[in-house]
Amino acid sequence: MTFEDWFRTDRLPHIYCAGCGNGTIINCTLAAIDQMSWKKEETVFISGIGCSSRAPGYIVTDSLHTTHGRALAFATGVKMANPALNVVIFTGDGDLAAIGGNHFIHACRRNIDLTVVCMNNQIYGMTGGQGSPTTPKGCLSTTTPYGCSEPPFDLCELAIAAGANYVARWTSYHVKELEKAVRAGLETPGFSFIEAMTQCPTNFGRRNKFKQVADQVDYLKTHGVLRAKRERMIEQGEKIPEDLFVIGELMRRNRPAMGVKP
Amino acid sequence: MRHEIRFSGFGGQGIILSAVILGRAAVMYDNKHAVQTQVYGPEARGGASMSAVIIDEEPIFFPKVTMPDIYVIMSQEGFEKYGAGAPEDAVMVLDSSLVHSRPKCTCYEIPATREAKQVLGRDIVANIVMLGALVRVTGIVSEAALEKAILDSVPKGTEALNIKAMKKGIELAATAGSKP
Amino acid sequence: MTKLEFWQGNTACAEGALAAGCRFFGCYPITPSTEVAEHMAVKLPKKNGIFIQMEDEIASMAAIIGASWTGMRAMTATSGPGFSLMMENIGFAAMTETPCVIVNIQRGGPSTGQPTMAAQGDMMQCRFGSHGDYSVIALCPASVQEMYELTARAFDLADQYRVPVFLMADEIIGHMRERITIPDKVAQTPRRELEKGVLPFQPDAQLIPGFATFGKGYGVHVTGLTHDEQGYPCTTNPKVHAALVQRLVDKIENARTAIADYDVVNPDAEQVFVAYGAPVRTVRQVLHDNPRANIGLLQLRTVWPFPEHALTIFKHAKVFLVPELNLGQIAREIDRHVKVPVVSLPKLGGDLHTPSDLVAALEAHK
Repeated sequence: MTFEDWFRTDRLPHIYCAGCGNGTIINCTLAAIDQMSWKKEETVFISGIGCSSRAPGYIVTDSLHTTHGRALAFATGVKMANPALNVVIFTGDGDLAAIGGNHFIHACRRNIDLTVVCMNNQIYGMTGGQGSPTTPKGCLSTTTPYGCSEPPFDLCELAIAAGANYVARWTSYHVKELEKAVRAGLETPGFSFIEAMTQCPTNFGRRNKFKQVADQVDYLKTHGVLRAKRERMIEQGEKIPEDLFVIGELMRRNRPAMGVKP
Repeated sequence: MRHEIRFSGFGGQGIILSAVILGRAAVMYDNKHAVQTQVYGPEARGGASMSAVIIDEEPIFFPKVTMPDIYVIMSQEGFEKYGAGAPEDAVMVLDSSLVHSRPKCTCYEIPATREAKQVLGRDIVANIVMLGALVRVTGIVSEAALEKAILDSVPKGTEALNIKAMKKGIELAATAGSKP
Repeated sequence: MTKLEFWQGNTACAEGALAAGCRFFGCYPITPSTEVAEHMAVKLPKKNGIFIQMEDEIASMAAIIGASWTGMRAMTATSGPGFSLMMENIGFAAMTETPCVIVNIQRGGPSTGQPTMAAQGDMMQCRFGSHGDYSVIALCPASVQEMYELTARAFDLADQYRVPVFLMADEIIGHMRERITIPDKVAQTPRRELEKGVLPFQPDAQLIPGFATFGKGYGVHVTGLTHDEQGYPCTTNPKVHAALVQRLVDKIENARTAIADYDVVNPDAEQVFVAYGAPVRTVRQVLHDNPRANIGLLQLRTVWPFPEHALTIFKHAKVFLVPELNLGQIAREIDRHVKVPVVSLPKLGGDLHTPSDLVAALEAHK
């Protein structure tokens, strides 16, 4: 099998814009799943609302496309009721960190055996480009027309603090690394959180000086700094530019987990 | 015949449990009908706690106590709030070690808390002493039914103590006499 | 063989659910429903069931929907503020035709209101509270016995009609203890599984699709978006949306006679009380105390879909008197269906109508 065998071909083409990074992230996720020798009938994809959350609709397994922000609460019900199922959640920065923030920290705290892939494009894409809890300071959106004045959330720090067993951050540029991280997340019992920084050319890039899709992908590539490198920079007393973000595996531990397959 | 029994005291005395035990005795062991209700205030301890039981041979429709004919009062505040208005034809059993007021109606003075503490060694069973006294003076349920309902309801390991408390109540009531 | 018990209404509710095969309970504590959760927390683990206290009522509702898709009978219990929080996901359950049971031990509202006092102010919210058009089933117990029986029946109705079913109790019935007779066994009609080769949202003659349980290889896509019979989003085709919403309503409204559960006393009466929940108790007291009077009672155990045909049983009715612990929510519904006067007898504040309240109303509307 390849990752392509997991698609509902009768649902394609998808709704994503040209240049959107979500397709890349879905491919990486399905490629990782394809390596797990999971049966399709034992696998469920769950999502909330937003561009990211349309992903389960294109995947051939049982799938639950729920209400805004609540995917993790629905997933908790599915996984606790039938731990034999493999449950993967697609979400975005608005869905997970704004309206779904409470469910996010509690799913981490319970350390329930779910794998969450968050497509963080730093914007509400589907509704036309409003600021989200991860929109960087100073960035333009339709609801931050003078530049975002609020500080953003670091979703990985949040997941670690709240108790997730596996946490990693990559970007839509780092496809091999992302695929490996998702696989590690799928293999880890307990809550796994993989954040994928991604471009939204239509609603983020266009307003924030990324004229071409490649410009934003290049930005993600050059501004992601490996954890080890960042620590080295700190040791050497180098000043770390504010717009750098950490990438790599950020947590792997073995806290007691709930809903693990018997 | 419908009897309405009102219990009052302070939170933590087991006022609600008393009503539950009495209702249980009537339903489970005397083949009667009973409805138990209580007042839920925001405080978990202290304050004036109140609960009530209606006991009847017939099915009970209206579930609320309107004019109790039997009162079990275990604190001064409970007396003032829930006992002082007892009509003259009612019967009241009161804990004379904690309540200093006396009602217009027939009243049995039972020093339940004092006896529970001094004779039984645990003031926590004062409510069971009161139940024993109540059943002795009113016959609202049988003593056998009360005993079984107490055994159903109290924590494991405290059965002997609670039955002793019930018997103490029966004994105190036998000698208390009624006033006025 | 039956068993006698002296139980609180909320305990009877939990036990009725367990007897009906409920094995998943998601909740958030709220007065006056908490005893349902506490009882489930003790009992479910001993029956290999799942009890989970969620982070809020939004999550509780989501969790029981998720559990239901794995084939489990699932329930939550709440009261006013929690019920309001559940509304969006209740709409999701209606749209995705997810069987589930929601218990609302009603307290005084709006807002935090009277947490420990009874009300029936959520009757319209339960019918119309989520956005858009849909229909639901709501049952109203008036005794501890009915708390048990109606909770158990709620699961069968939820599975049969694939709809959220509400147990709309009140604080009085939820908190009081009384005599209850427990049956040995509660009959269960299981959910109809989807037949292979049939689309997952293709309705049968009763307008209800078979259930594509997760993990059985159906590959079903479940979405709150307007969807076609395949389950795929189809959000801009007016015909698909109209047909779907109409079916969600019709599958319940067309079945109102089958769903209806009511009790009739004195069908020849001229003055007829219509009541549900705790006020039924006062009406029955009045009937008991005035055996010669020409007073009728229609006790509604099903309030939604509204069993309007039951009103026609009272052919000589000159007035319908409707005591409710709200400002006349169901009185207004009754008024839509009858030609004779309908008198709302509202009671706010948490106390139940007394028998003398109702006797006075009978006098006033002779």
